[in-house]
Amino acid sequence: MSIHKTAATPGSEREHALSLLRQMLLIRRFEEKAAELYSAGKIRGFLHLYIGEEAIAVGAMQALGAQDAVVATYREHGHALARGLPAGAIMAEMYGKANGCSRGRGGSMHLFDVGRRFYGGYAIVAGGLPVAVGLALADKLQERQAVTACFFGEGAAAEGEFHESLNLAALWRLPVLFLCENNLYAMGTALERSESQTDIHLKAQNYNIVAEAVDGMDVLAVESAVQRAVAQLRRGEGPYFLELRTYRYRAHSMSDPELYRSKEEVAQWRGRDPISLFDAYLRGNGMLDDAELKTLETDVAKDVDWAVDEAEKGAWEPVSDLERDVYAGAGA
Amino acid sequence: MAKMTYRVAVREAMREALRADPRVFLMGEDVGKYGGCFAVTHGLLEEFGPKRIRDTPLSESTFVGAGIGAALGGMRPIVEIMTINFSLLALDQIVNNAAILRYMSGGQLGVPLVIRMATGGGRQLAAQHSHSLEGWYAHIPGIKAAAPATVADAKGLLLAALKEPDPVMLFEHATLYPLEGESEDDTPMEFGRAALRRAGRDVSLITYGGALGKTLQAAAQLAEQGVDAEVIDLRSLRPLDTETIFASLAHTHRAVIVEEAWKACGFGAEVSARIMEGAFDALDAPVARVCGAEVPMPYAQALEQAALPQPETIVKAVRELL
Repeated sequence: MSIHKTAATPGSEREHALSLLRQMLLIRRFEEKAAELYSAGKIRGFLHLYIGEEAIAVGAMQALGAQDAVVATYREHGHALARGLPAGAIMAEMYGKANGCSRGRGGSMHLFDVGRRFYGGYAIVAGGLPVAVGLALADKLQERQAVTACFFGEGAAAEGEFHESLNLAALWRLPVLFLCENNLYAMGTALERSESQTDIHLKAQNYNIVAEAVDGMDVLAVESAVQRAVAQLRRGEGPYFLELRTYRYRAHSMSDPELYRSKEEVAQWRGRDPISLFDAYLRGNGMLDDAELKTLETDVAKDVDWAVDEAEKGAWEPVSDLERDVYAGAGA
Repeated sequence: MAKMTYRVAVREAMREALRADPRVFLMGEDVGKYGGCFAVTHGLLEEFGPKRIRDTPLSESTFVGAGIGAALGGMRPIVEIMTINFSLLALDQIVNNAAILRYMSGGQLGVPLVIRMATGGGRQLAAQHSHSLEGWYAHIPGIKAAAPATVADAKGLLLAALKEPDPVMLFEHATLYPLEGESEDDTPMEFGRAALRRAGRDVSLITYGGALGKTLQAAAQLAEQGVDAEVIDLRSLRPLDTETIFASLAHTHRAVIVEEAWKACGFGAEVSARIMEGAFDALDAPVARVCGAEVPMPYAQALEQAALPQPETIVKAVRELL
């Protein structure tokens, strides 16, 4: 249960650490609010919560800059928040409002923000990997010093597109950072029931890709591993593969009765809550006390309230615009 | 104007585009060192190098998806899928990404991607290598689909496709590659317009792609029998040029749709429905369809020829309308 210490001056280290905590708290509270709003009928369709996995999105985003690209999955609210999409734009999107980041066209599973190089939001497992390969190819061909971070779950390792994408990225030396969030369950199917080789990162090594397993509950370990990977990618030595071991505390989606795992198992993993772990680390190093935490929580609560407010007051896209943007210009 | 084969016309379009725009590049199986399965891309690797002419592994889903990502990232990729038969492996990327990213992102993203592929049967390649599934792609909002049937269109439609801001699928009937004809210089070709290949009075023969040749042969046979057939080459499947179709029916009053694809739920069914909806009063007879037989394509020559539209079967269908 070791926490990796970053090397930095004490003041900036504390500031940075509190920023990491705040970002994880924002995701946690945002997701909790989203769950409430889903039960209240404000958010519809499917809702996939990131609760328990916050350390990965937050840790990983630290190493990425504005010039880099991000591809994620349908469980991407945390990634969107960590990438800097306004919480209000995300919440409004989940409501289906026109002020949502995808103009209400996508909902929870399809968040896009082209200005922040946040390319979604994919509902087909492994469907984003080839797109990430292409984004990286475009950057390489245009000689842009950018990296494409591609997040996906371990369920994707069973899909053909996973294997094709790893092979092609390695063959063409593309600057793709493959980030496999292994939360042990592909919907209701446990990893050992679907994979003959459960060490996902070993599969990447077989494609001649540098690959490691990382404790995904440790935000500093994630941050450090991603920084290492990104540095290699920026030197043109791509791709890189990280298997981030984590756990989701809530169900696959809001309609999942969780028949496939025990309450004891969930409780055990709750003992490694990334936010609690980091809180303990910060307190142990004198970087956090109750008053500071209360300030952070109050701040975060304000952000979440603002997000809900933005969603509530947003307008609906007029039905007369139904055919807009099927093609560029005027309708089909 | 220059005389060349259809395959050279496609090559010349790509060559011009590669020279004019550094964002354009080509990827697909055997497009480089092999020179292209149908020799379309012969010489391009030597001229443009391996960065822009990229041989891919046998990974249709991922190299099409990579084309999508590269288009999102500012390039103008041409992806060659060897044949429409293998394109089925890339359906997820085409339907779930390329076609819908603009709409689903609220208009933020565009996918200016051109996907070319050989299509069709008639060369005794049997059931897994002879599909005509253009209609499946024409079904999807967000995609544009076209089938060049002449040398001029083989060049012009590809150049026009590369100007489109949305994904375009181009279907090149494999029997057309050696076809000789004239290409046109500098005539910007408009996407979405059908072409009148033969003016006539008595019936509108509506077709596309590899079936054009047999349809024109049927028109010649009909002419000997005193029937004057108008032949429309649709060129564009999505969007469909109903204006040209309806203008034709306004004076012929009879329509026969000719395609290699299977009849049930085929593209011809769509054309027929649109005619019924938009030109019902012009019709003196039901719309007829001459399509591929409802069989997986057989290998044996006589069986395969019986499974495909022929000038004789087209003529027979026309006579039944008169």
